Amino acid sequence: MHIMEGFLPLQWCVFWFALSLPVVAYGAYRMNKMMKANRDVLPLLAVSGAFIFVLSSLKMPSVTGSCSHPTGTGIGAILFGPWITSVLSIIVLIYQAIFLAHGGLTTLGANTFSMGIVGPFAGYLVYKACMKRDVNMYIAVFLAAMLADWLTYIVTSIQLALAFPAASGGVMASFEAFLAVFAITQVPLAIVEGAVSALLFKYIVQLRSDVLLKLNVASPGVMKKLKEASA
Amino acid sequence: MKLEYITLAIIVAFIAAFAYVSSAGNHEWGGSDDMPENVINDLTHGSYHPWFKSVWVPPSPEIESLLFALQAAFGSLIIGYFLGYYRGLAKARAAATSEEQEGNLNARPAR
Repeated sequence: MHIMEGFLPLQWCVFWFALSLPVVAYGAYRMNKMMKANRDVLPLLAVSGAFIFVLSSLKMPSVTGSCSHPTGTGIGAILFGPWITSVLSIIVLIYQAIFLAHGGLTTLGANTFSMGIVGPFAGYLVYKACMKRDVNMYIAVFLAAMLADWLTYIVTSIQLALAFPAASGGVMASFEAFLAVFAITQVPLAIVEGAVSALLFKYIVQLRSDVLLKLNVASPGVMKKLKEASA
Repeated sequence: MKLEYITLAIIVAFIAAFAYVSSAGNHEWGGSDDMPENVINDLTHGSYHPWFKSVWVPPSPEIESLLFALQAAFGSLIIGYFLGYYRGLAKARAAATSEEQEGNLNARPAR
């Protein structure tokens, strides 16, 4: 989903920065507040950020004969919410833009918007909706992480389509062209990402269910049921 | 253990899909992040030129993969460290409470 350096016209770079930066700034504010109020959560924050680091570095081969990478933002979105996850994402994106020539500084706003904002928001909402309907927690994590990943690539396609509408057919036609590159390639990767996220979440539940309760990720009843099931 | 098996099965299916696709045809396995370049060229008939270059490009594929590996290694290190730390903590707590229950807390050697 990294839009390459210089591959968005200037006005679109500015536009996506204008949308992303306030979210990241608010996320940084919330992160700061949370870290001051609650030192207990710091290790889990580090784990969520590290998970994004690992997954976004893995370029995996897909059924379309090309390679793509997962995003890893689902866990952060579920544990800390999308605002804070946008901060974690922009850190990874800056690292990759500077040291790997992957993505770019001019396209940072657009990339942060897809990977750090829309994906995590989608994952967060899916997770909350699942929990309200009493869906099994691990299935909820699976769905949230999978959709956060997939939606990130859909948004990238929209961003590119808006910047490069086709001469005939306009934005919709180029949206389809960019989707062809991203959407199908990403499906198997998103499924793997969902499964791995659910597994990591299981270990977090086993080890720090107290912090999960504090972060309001699950109700005490759900947590008790899960612990009994795994015991 | 169930979730571990499900995850493993999904990964195996993923690898099987890769093996099947790569045996069924010739693919470049290029990065999807680089492909929009061609689509953009098609859409604009080659009239769009990137207006900004990366500030720094890894001088060779080896160095690029080194930096990617470092990124992954750094991330896994943090995950492993904290999960291990939590595990040890939980174990120590469980041991402490069971000792208390047995009532031999005083039997521990004095420090």
